[in-house]
Amino acid sequence: MRDHWMRAVALVAAIACPSAAQQQPDAVIVLSDEQRDPRIALPEIRGPIGSAHAVDQFNDEVWKALEASGRLDIVPRSFYPRSAPRKPEDIQVDTKRMPKDPGARGLWLGGWADTPVVARYLVYGQIDDVDGRLALQGYVADVSQESVEASYIFGKRYYSEANAAGARGMAFDFARDILKNLGLGEGLAGTRIYYVHRDEGDDRKEIWAMDYDGRNKQRITNYRSLCLTPAISPDGKRIAFTTFVEGVPEIYVHSLETGRRLQFYNQDASLNTTPSFSPDNSAIYFASSASGRSQIYRADPDGGNLRRVSYSRALDVHPSVNPKTGAQIAFVSGASGMPQVYLMDSEGANRRRISGGGGDAVQPAWDPSGERLAFAWTRGYELGNYNIFLVDVASQRYTQLTHSRGRNDHPSFSPSGTHIVFASDRMGSTQIWSMRADGTQLRQLTSRGVNESPVWATR
Amino acid sequence: MRSKHSIILIAAAIFLTLFAFGCKKEAPPPPPPPPPPPPEAPAPTVSITAEPSSIERGKAARLTWSSTNAASAEMNQGIGAVATSGNREVFPTRSTEYTITVKNADGKSASASATVTVRAPPPPPPPPPPKPDLSEAFSDAGIADALFDYDKSDLRPDAQNVLRSNGTAIKALLEDYPEAAFLLEGHCDERGTTEYNLALGDRRATAAMEFLVNLGVPASKLSKVSLGEERPVCTDEDESCYQRNRRAHLRLR
Repeated sequence: MRDHWMRAVALVAAIACPSAAQQQPDAVIVLSDEQRDPRIALPEIRGPIGSAHAVDQFNDEVWKALEASGRLDIVPRSFYPRSAPRKPEDIQVDTKRMPKDPGARGLWLGGWADTPVVARYLVYGQIDDVDGRLALQGYVADVSQESVEASYIFGKRYYSEANAAGARGMAFDFARDILKNLGLGEGLAGTRIYYVHRDEGDDRKEIWAMDYDGRNKQRITNYRSLCLTPAISPDGKRIAFTTFVEGVPEIYVHSLETGRRLQFYNQDASLNTTPSFSPDNSAIYFASSASGRSQIYRADPDGGNLRRVSYSRALDVHPSVNPKTGAQIAFVSGASGMPQVYLMDSEGANRRRISGGGGDAVQPAWDPSGERLAFAWTRGYELGNYNIFLVDVASQRYTQLTHSRGRNDHPSFSPSGTHIVFASDRMGSTQIWSMRADGTQLRQLTSRGVNESPVWATR
Repeated sequence: MRSKHSIILIAAAIFLTLFAFGCKKEAPPPPPPPPPPPPEAPAPTVSITAEPSSIERGKAARLTWSSTNAASAEMNQGIGAVATSGNREVFPTRSTEYTITVKNADGKSASASATVTVRAPPPPPPPPPPKPDLSEAFSDAGIADALFDYDKSDLRPDAQNVLRSNGTAIKALLEDYPEAAFLLEGHCDERGTTEYNLALGDRRATAAMEFLVNLGVPASKLSKVSLGEERPVCTDEDESCYQRNRRAHLRLR
């Protein structure tokens, strides 16, 4: 529905100002900013007094997770009535008895649908103490409906430890379910971003991970070497990356559950790099120079059953497997001069260029639907000054998402497909940023040291 | 005169009379003589020699000593009780006087000393005129970087000249240092991306390596690695720095 709406706006804009629509796609998105997202009311959910701190944490995290999803417009609490229902039975349907004072209408659906709140959805519920743990009964109502039954969207029970970390996790789960039940994807809460970190003045690089909002930063590797090009398996259980631990760049695979290194056989070559997992976790595609120049190969998760996939006289590198079908590989090739983004099927047939030529077009990253690719392109800028572009694979239409003078590269979609994480030096040093997949709502997630090559994982 | 003779005669007569009586009658035994004092122990003597008496530091000297009339013997320098005659090796680190003191049963003592003179060891013999260190020889060999165009791995004429000169130099080095081996590093400037530059750096190292092998450098002496854009020699954002970073760099392995 949202896509229809955006297309309609884009169409109107294109008719009104065709050249602007082509070159400045995010100007179109700015037009729609006001009306894009459904409005939702999120009154504080009450809980036992003894767990006030954890309950506050819960309410705070639900708000932030829904806000960060970029799919909802959360009405500020100052507009809300003084009370809210705690369970469906609390909701009053007799509109004739609805008070005139908006602050007293909290138990009526209209009290949330009408001015000053003007919400479409209401989140409500109650947290109880059950044997020292927290039990949330949470609901979402469509307040545009007349009856309690019609307004009911979903209700679910959640449990957590009665502490801040437990409350954060429960908030993430609730927020994910709210978004899912409103047809707004999975949101970002609970996802993790993996990236390459280097301390200022150090020339070693390690893989780190953080939450979607930049919190809980944690080092994943400790090789005191160069660790580059992280890739996460779709099941979130393994990480593959390039490391120079043994002198030449090769691929290591670690379990993210145990932290241990898993077996991965690197074929005898001066270069094995840029791993990418297939969606069923059954294969790793990567680049290797075993033939004398970098080409794309496929292997089992342990490196066995090696097979060469690409055969070109140019450099082929950085495969990215279509996460929906597993049948298409996006990759970078110098076959037409400067590196460009290409597609081929998983056996290497049907090579075709997907980026438009001109400048460097690199680092393809699929959106979860497998229909669009984000990539970094220098088109319109000096060499090295990449910006993030989006290409619809079927139509080959481009959208430019960032317009920064510096370097914006290495895009990666959130598992929900709503956001993109990327690296940018727009504020000086290279740091990790996130934005909505339309280029808005920029958010800086790192600030210490140098941080690059982010990949967004389900967990 | 006459009176003298008379006296002698009278004395002789008395004597003879006494003598005659004496032969007829036993005299009582005389009292035993007092026992002789125990014989005094003879005084001890000792002598000691060190052989050799002059040593280099770290070498040994042998002390040899002998004594007479000694009941015990003791040596200084912390050696303590020793046999009254004997020998032992000593390893003094500086010139040392060894004194042996012997005592007889009466506690009378005698001493003798020997000195071992310690010399500093002679300086090591001057080394034979050295073959320069391999890394020194390598850095003096005039090895240079082969430079590349942006996004390219073909060898420009200037890069080929550099590699010819490098090839001659390392072939000469290999004659003097058959154990030497070399690593070709492929590097890129920072304007590409991590991933593509790993592939490009690899190709640059390969191109340089193949050229050297064609010049007759044994392939077994060469290996290669791509460092992509990870190890720039400079970080300025201008073409002269970018050019320095787009290189195939030869180093000792």
